[in-house]
Amino acid sequence: MRWLWRCVVLVAGVGGWQLWASAAGSTFFPPPSTIVTRMHRLWFSGPAAHLFLTADATGNLLPSLGRVLAGLAIATAIGVPLGIALGRSPAVTGYLNPLLQFARALPVVTMAPVFIVLFKIGTEMEIATIVFGTVWPILLNTIDGAASVDPVQLETGLVFQLSAWQRLIRVIVPAALPKAFAGFRLSLSLSLILMVFAELVGSSDGIGYEMSNASNSFDMTFLWSTIVLLGILGYLLNALLGGAERLVLAWHTDKGQD
Amino acid sequence: MLEITDLTRAYGRGAAAHVALDQVNLSVARGELVSVVGPSGCGKSTLLRCVAGLIAPTAGQVVLRGTPVQRVPDGLAVVFQDYGRSLYPWLTVRDNVALPLRRTTRARAARRGAADASLAEVGLHGVGDRYPRQLSGGMQQRVAIARALAADPVLLLMDEPFGSVDAQTREDLEDLVLRVRQERDITILLVTHDIDESVYVGDRVVVLTPGPGHVRADLPVGLPTPRDQISTKEQPAFVRLRTEVSRLVRSRDVAAAVPPESGTRAGSEP
Repeated sequence: MRWLWRCVVLVAGVGGWQLWASAAGSTFFPPPSTIVTRMHRLWFSGPAAHLFLTADATGNLLPSLGRVLAGLAIATAIGVPLGIALGRSPAVTGYLNPLLQFARALPVVTMAPVFIVLFKIGTEMEIATIVFGTVWPILLNTIDGAASVDPVQLETGLVFQLSAWQRLIRVIVPAALPKAFAGFRLSLSLSLILMVFAELVGSSDGIGYEMSNASNSFDMTFLWSTIVLLGILGYLLNALLGGAERLVLAWHTDKGQD
Repeated sequence: MLEITDLTRAYGRGAAAHVALDQVNLSVARGELVSVVGPSGCGKSTLLRCVAGLIAPTAGQVVLRGTPVQRVPDGLAVVFQDYGRSLYPWLTVRDNVALPLRRTTRARAARRGAADASLAEVGLHGVGDRYPRQLSGGMQQRVAIARALAADPVLLLMDEPFGSVDAQTREDLEDLVLRVRQERDITILLVTHDIDESVYVGDRVVVLTPGPGHVRADLPVGLPTPRDQISTKEQPAFVRLRTEVSRLVRSRDVAAAVPPESGTRAGSEP
C-alpha cells in the first residue's frame, strides 16, 4: 500500500507542476510535458540499435557518465587501500590528520583553476576535479572504519593464527566496509555535482557543456531538460549503489537477513 | 601440559603501574579441566591472554608442552565471553567455524565438511548457511565452541564462556563442555566468576585473589563423573566445596589477614 501512496504523491506533484506551469505560461518555467517531449527528442529518440540513444546522448551523456564513474573508481582505488592502511596505523594518522583535514576543507571548486593549468581543459582535468572532491569522504570514512575494528575480532584472528594477509582480507576489510560504503554514498552525490561543475568550467561535450550552451542561448526548455536528466541520473546511481550495498553488506543490515 | 611460573603482568610503568597478576603459579596436567574463579578485576582475563600468547608477561613465564609461550602457540583455541563480538558477523556460521582451518586444510570442501562435523558435535544441525545474528545467544556460543574444536586443539581456553546466556542455556553449555572433554583428548582452562559452575565442571578449582591476582587456593574437586546438573549439585561434597570456594572468593579480609601461601594447598611457594 505504501508504494501506491508514494506513486500518488509523485503523480500529484508532477501534475501540480504541469497545471501551474501551463496556467502561468512563463518562458522560464515550461510545463513538464514540454520538458519530457524535449528530453525524448534530444536524447531518447535514437535508433533501436543504439538503445534509442540519439547521437546527442551518446556524445554528451555517455562522456559525463564515464567521467563520474572514472572519477569514483580512482577515488575508491586511492581512498580504500590508503584508508585501511592509515586506519590501522593510528600514529601515522595522528601525524597526517592536520594535513588531511586541511586538504579536505579546501573547496574543490577553488582547485579547478589549478587542475586547468595542470591538465589543460578536457577530460583529465574534469576527472581530476571529481577525484579530488570525492576521495575525502571515502578516505576518511574508511580510516574510521578500519580504526574501529572490534579488538575482540582482531584477537580472535590472532588466536586462530590467521596470517597477516588473512586478518586484513577476512577481518579488517569486511569490518571497515560498512563505513567505507557510507563514505562512498556521499562521494557519489558529490561526483555528479563536480561533473557538472567541471563541464561548465570548460569542456567540449557532456551534460554540463549542454547546460552552458542552453543557458547561453536562453533555451529554457533545454536547460530544464538537463536538470531533470541530472536528477534522474542521480536517483538511478543511488538506487544502484543501494542494491550493491544490500548485496555486499547483507550481514550488516536487518533487511538483508532473510 | 601447561606450566605457569611466577607469572606477573602489570599495565603501565613505574608507580602508576596497575599490577593485574602477581606471581601466579599454576600447572595443568594433560586432560585436566581446571576452573579459575575469582572476583571481577582479579586478572582472570589477563591470565588467559598471557597463556594464549596475546600479551607478554611482565615477569615469569608460561610453558605449554615444554615450549615457552612467546606468541600464540599451536594447538590452542579460545572461546571468548562475548560471542557477539568474536564471531564474524559477515561470515556464515559454517565459514566462521571453517576459518581457523585455512591454515591446515587447503581444500574448501574438506574445510566445509570439518566445519559441519564440528557443528554437529556441539549439537547444531542445518544452521551452517545462516549468519550468527540469526541465532540465539546460546546457539552462537555453541558456534564459538564448534569453531574452537574444529582445529582439534590440545588446549582450550574459555574466558567466562557462559556469562551472557540465560541459566538454562548455561547448564546445557556446561554439560556440552563436559561431554566434549570426555570424548576428546583435550585440556581445558576455564575462567569464570560463577562459583557453582567452577565446581560443577572442574577437576580443580583455582581461586584468585582480587587484584593483583594471586593464587589463593587450588582445590581438587573430586566429585564423581559423569556429573549431572541435579544430582551432582545436591551432593554434600558439592555443597561443601561450593561454600568453601564462595568463602574464599568473597572474603577480602582473608587476603589481608592470611598470606595466600598459607591458604588451602596454595599454588605458590613462599
